[in-house]
Formats: sequence, structure tokens, C-alpha cells
Amino acid sequence: MSEPVLEIRKLCVDYGLGDEAVHAVRDVDLTLHRGEVLGLAGESGSGKSTLAYGLTRLLPPPGVISGGEVIYHPVDGPPVDVLSLSPARLRDFRWAETSIVFQGAMNSLNPVHKVSTQLLDVIRAHEPGTTRAARLARARDLLRLVGIAADRLDSYPHQLSGGMRQRVMIAMALALEPQVVIMDEPTTALDVVMQRQILGQLAELRERLGFAVLFITHDLSLLVEFSDRIAIMYGGRIVEEAPAGELYRRALHPYTDGLLHSFPALRGPRRELTGIPGSPPDLRAMPTGCAFHPRCPRAFTPCDAELPLLGPPGDDDPGRAVACWLHPAAAAVPR
Amino acid sequence: MTYLLRRLAFYLFTAWAALTINFFIPRMIPGDPVKSLISRYQGQLSTDAIKSLYVLFGLDSHDSIWDQYVDYWKQLFHGDLGLSFTAFPAPVSDMIGDALPWTLALVGITTLVSFALGTGLGVLAGWRRGSWMDGLLPATTFLSSVPYFWLGLVAIAVLAGPGSFFPSSGGYEPGLVPALDTIFLGSAVQHSLLPAATILISSMSGWILSMRNMMVTVAAEDYITVAHAKGLPERRVALNYAARNALLPNVAGFALSLGFIVGGTLLVEIVFSYPGLGFLLFRAVGAKDYPLMQGIFLVITFSVLVANLLADVAYLLLDPRTRKEG
Repeated sequence: MSEPVLEIRKLCVDYGLGDEAVHAVRDVDLTLHRGEVLGLAGESGSGKSTLAYGLTRLLPPPGVISGGEVIYHPVDGPPVDVLSLSPARLRDFRWAETSIVFQGAMNSLNPVHKVSTQLLDVIRAHEPGTTRAARLARARDLLRLVGIAADRLDSYPHQLSGGMRQRVMIAMALALEPQVVIMDEPTTALDVVMQRQILGQLAELRERLGFAVLFITHDLSLLVEFSDRIAIMYGGRIVEEAPAGELYRRALHPYTDGLLHSFPALRGPRRELTGIPGSPPDLRAMPTGCAFHPRCPRAFTPCDAELPLLGPPGDDDPGRAVACWLHPAAAAVPR
Repeated sequence: MTYLLRRLAFYLFTAWAALTINFFIPRMIPGDPVKSLISRYQGQLSTDAIKSLYVLFGLDSHDSIWDQYVDYWKQLFHGDLGLSFTAFPAPVSDMIGDALPWTLALVGITTLVSFALGTGLGVLAGWRRGSWMDGLLPATTFLSSVPYFWLGLVAIAVLAGPGSFFPSSGGYEPGLVPALDTIFLGSAVQHSLLPAATILISSMSGWILSMRNMMVTVAAEDYITVAHAKGLPERRVALNYAARNALLPNVAGFALSLGFIVGGTLLVEIVFSYPGLGFLLFRAVGAKDYPLMQGIFLVITFSVLVANLLADVAYLLLDPRTRKEG
């Protein structure tokens, strides 16, 4: 596997302070390697988006990062901790190294400015030396990259369709050729045809430009074919991490298994659709032990008392990790 | 463009309706100016005088209401608003012409300043939400709920008086002849300080509050987060992204308040006996000077319409979403 580009270490994000604080993300360890697509899946409220906002320091108040590190490895130069960057350094880091495509395709563009203004201002902010003509040429290239005619530069956001707007956002995300692109449910607001088109385009662009993608979605079926590795989040923690194919073929965590059985397979043998009974945990009153145990069909003795930690499963599976008492080699890690 | 033409047609229609109403209302009010003059002179007018008064006021004819209506329009287009009863035989248009500059200067400048200052402070307060500026909000809420004539009365009681720098009434030193020289202008400015300050204090807080609230609302929009994520300088995010969008509702409010400049802040002008349009209206109402009232209402109606038109144009320029067609 190639070298890491973004390492998240023991990241904790709370909403609120003190005893009232809700722990939305707890002790998350996640590594994004250069050029790979890492999928992050989980139900709503599992902390996926909070994780994305946390690692880019975009958390709206009352969100606070209560611990951990986010180490970014630039192409040349020493690694930096994103969480301890000064405001000016952080501004330089944003977009140039890590860009984000947000969930709301509809509202991500400023309604009163032309597409060109919004594409150009980010280039100008990070590369003040460029001429306007050069920036404009870059903006045209970017739009062409995502399959939009260059004359759309003069359009206002309300004159574009939802799919076009999201493609403009993707073009914008690639404007400074960042190493990492975080996609927070980029296709949720779009219909499936558009979803397909955009994802195909994205895969192609990644091939060409070689950026790494952290792809956040609640739609595991999307990740299975689109990403290299998948991490599953539940109740603010990563509960399983594995290469996409292996995760699909043989899920170790019962929660992952439940997720995989909530959508039909288009190819291969028929499977029974089951879904997961119950509802996501209340972050203010998390169950003791494994957060999933009240809903888990296979819960047994230690599950409601002790928290299993994420670690390699007992069998000979490299590159996998799971947090479940069914795979005790992982759970044996604490101490 | 078609949008603007449609709006223009609408305003022309509104203007016509307002003028027509302005024509009919005095004719529906019982009594006529001559009768009120007669009562003012307490029967000392001879029959001939009364008859000539009727001729002067144009009330002698027994034209049909339609002919009167046509005449009314003819007069309007000549800028003839009739004669005042109280300052008889001064033409209403002259009286309005005398009062208008005072109001435009005082209320116009204060409205502009209060909008600019209030919006600016609102942008700051909204952007730095949670800073010490939030502590000022209760004060601004309090000030915006204080009626400004009361503020004016307090200002007069506290600051004006014999020997004070601030005169308590009038637009300039009595005895000065209005002219564009330093003495007169200095005196006019000195007289306008207190009324301007009271208007400013009480109207600015409204702008601060509404702008701050819009800023807070807009700051939660996705495109603001995107702007932050893009690593744009803080100032650019605050002004080009947040304030630019937050301003839109305030612009409409500002245009409306422009319309009411001409009406004058009636109560302030009354409190300070300021020789503006509001004070003139106050005196016209007190003396039942119908032609004068009619003329003033006409001017106010027109300025409100023009202000609305300005608001439409401003909106068209500021918000691309209103420009539906090419």
C-alpha cells in the first residue's frame, strides 16, 4: 500500500462543553493513503460528517475538537498537524491541500455571484501572482474537466441544474490540485442517473489527477464499487475497516453485515434483505460496552459491559480491522 | 427589462390612483375653503368678497365633476397645486418648495448615515457573534423601541435651553436671511444637530438589529462554510459572501425609508419646530388647510413611489435571481 497522505489519530469531537457535551466522534483512527478512495459509511448521526468537519476545522459552534491529531503529509516537506496550524497557515492549507465537496449541492454556491467569480476567487486567494487571464483559462479547463461548457462561467448558480451545480463544486474542489478531496454525501441530493454520471466522472478524474478521496455516504452500495477501502462508523466510532471487496464478501462486524443486507445485489447470488432492527443510538445516552449491542443479533456476555477496541481480527487478514467481541483478537488489544 | 417596464406601468397606475383619490377626498369632505375663511373672519366679509373668494378658489363654476377632474390634471401638469388657505394667497407649490429642502437635508442625510452606520455595525456584530458587541444588542433594542419624539423632548430638556450651544427650535437663527453663506449655513447646521442626533440614535438601532440577524442567518448557509473551506481571507468571506447576501432584505427596507424621508420624521420636526415638510403638514392639519395637505400628501405619495421603484432597480442589480429573463 502507498504512503499515507492524511492520518487521523484518536480524533474526538464534542458538541458542547463539560458534562453536557455530546461526544459525536470518539477516538477515531483513520489513514488515507495517497491516491486511494476511502469510503466512510454509517447511519445518520453516526458522526461521519462531524468527522469531516472536524478534520478540516470547519466545525460550526458548539462543536469542539477535544482531542487527537490530524497529520497531513505534503508531497514535499515535513508532515503537519492540521489541528495546530495558525489561522493564516490554515487558510493556506485549506483547498490547496484538502478540498471539500459538501452535501448540499443546491446551497454550496453563493447565489449572488457568477460561477466564474467563485471559481476565480479561490485561485486568486491561493495564487495571488496569477493574472486574471490565466485564472480564467484555468477555470475554463476545470469546467471542461467535469463536462460543462465553458460559457457556463457567466451563469449564476440558480441558472444551473442540481447536477451541474455539484459538478461545478467538484471542478472547484480540483481547482488547486489538492492531494485530498473530502466528499460529504456529494450525490445525496441528486437522482440516481446523475449520481452514476458524477461518480463515473470522479473515478476518471482521480485516475488522471491522482488525488485521494475521503468519500462519506450513508449508501454502502455506492462505496462497494467505487472505493478501495471502506470504514464503517457507528455511534461516533469506527467499527470496521477493510478493503472494499473483502468487506462486501465477508463482513466481520454484525453492523456491517446488517448494512450489507439492507440493499439488494444486482449480480451474483440472491441474498435475503434484512435491514437492522432498532434505531441509531442516542449520543447523549450511549449504551455501555459496545454501542451496537442493543441491536446486535449476536450479542453475548462481554458486549454490554466492555467496549471492544478497533484492531486486526484474529484470523490472517492483513489490512483489516474490526471492533467486535466476536473477533476477540481485536478486543484483546486494550490494557 | 420587461420586468422593469412592468413595474413602471404598475407604479404609473398607482400614481394615477393616488392622484384621483387626492382629487375626490376633499370634494367629499363637508364644507369648503371659503366657508372656513368666512368663519375665520367671523362674518366680517362682504358678500362681494365672498363671491370673489369663490372665484379665486375656482369653486364658482358649476362644471360637472368630470370637467373639474380634467382641470385638476391640467393644473397638476403645470405644477399648480392651488392656493393655501392659511397663508392665503401663497401657492401651495411655493410653500412645499420652501419646506422640502429642510426636510431633505435633515432627514435625508440622517437616513443615509443611519443606514450606512447601522448596516456596517450590524455586519460586524453579526459576524463576530458572541463577542462583546452582543452586549450592545439590548441597548440597541431599547433605543429602537424609544419613540424618537420622546428622545427629542428629552434632548431638548437636557441639552437645549438658555445659554446652551444647542438651540431648541427652528431651522436657523431668527433674523438671519436664508442665503448660501457661512453664517447662515453654520446656523442651520447648529440647529440641525439635535434633531439629527435623535433621529440617528433611534433609527440606527433598527438597522443594526436587522442586519445583525440577517448576518447570523446567512452565516449558517452552506456557501459560507464552503467559502471558509476555500481558505478565502476572512474579510472576503464576511463581505462578499455573508454581508452581500444579508444585505438584500435591508435594501428593500432602506428604499422604503427613503420614501418616508419626504414625509419627514413628522414628530421630530414638530418637537423641534423644524421648518420642514412634516412641520408644514402638522400646521396644515391644525388649520384645516386642505390644499396644502393635499399638496403634501401628493409629494409624499410620489416620493414613496419613486423610492419603491429605486428599490426594485436596486434589487435587480443586487440579486441575480430576480433577473429572470436575459
